[in-house]
Amino acid sequence: MATNDTRELQAKEKHEVTHPAEKTRPGLMFTPDVDIFETDQALTLLADMPGVTPERLTIDLRDNVLTISGEATRSAGGNETPLLVEYNTGTYYRQFSLSEIIDQDKIDANLKDGVLCLTLPKVEKATPRKITVTAQ
Amino acid sequence: MIYRSAFGLPGWNIRNAFDELNRMRRQMDQLFDSMSTGSQISYRSGVFPAVNLTEDSEAYYVRAELPGLKADILEIEATGKKVSITGQRQIPSAGQNAKYHRRERESGRFSRVITVPGDIESAKVEASLSNGILTVTLPKAEEARPRQISIR
Repeated sequence: MATNDTRELQAKEKHEVTHPAEKTRPGLMFTPDVDIFETDQALTLLADMPGVTPERLTIDLRDNVLTISGEATRSAGGNETPLLVEYNTGTYYRQFSLSEIIDQDKIDANLKDGVLCLTLPKVEKATPRKITVTAQ
Repeated sequence: MIYRSAFGLPGWNIRNAFDELNRMRRQMDQLFDSMSTGSQISYRSGVFPAVNLTEDSEAYYVRAELPGLKADILEIEATGKKVSITGQRQIPSAGQNAKYHRRERESGRFSRVITVPGDIESAKVEASLSNGILTVTLPKAEEARPRQISIR
């Protein structure tokens, strides 16, 4: 699908979420915007997580539930006073349930310019065998 | 067990009541926390990108979340008290045979002008882009900087 380049981007508020478990650390939690697409070979997930560095990103996969969690570093210096606050920073958190067809050992994650790219390869299908029936 | 005999209520009811009180207390704490830390969004312009503006004695800092943007696509201009950020966010297509399950990330053009309260030295404006966060540093003009005045 071609992207519509002439469109004006609209300001969108971040979706704030409450953590399913009780929080032990202060701070806000947001749902990152994601694109997920599937090809014959793999499932690709792209997530916007601005301000997250690879050290502060955790990707966890257990019981077929993929959890992405990344903490955005506060970019403002210590002695700066805010004049205008239009967005808040916090932790990005989102969970997805995966199907069995994902080859969980070959998952590849790449974080660049605040965008996480997660490649989830599908399990190679058993090659179909042709059985020839010989008639006597 | 004492409660049960004293109030004539089953024990679990008492515990539930305390759980409910604890829950309310937590919610109140959260509410006060968010009020005191000033984490509430104080102003929404509705124009992309959302920016945070801060200042220290040296400069003003404009920050915006622009994930996936390359520095060469962004155009930043500073004049007088204004700084404009113009660019385009492109999301490459996944190809013909890709099937989308989610499509939440958006592409498109954007342009925004931010006015800062004081004069800036437009020749010394710097911008950096790291981890999807754009930071524009606008040094304050010499006249606009706070000056320590000694009392004789």
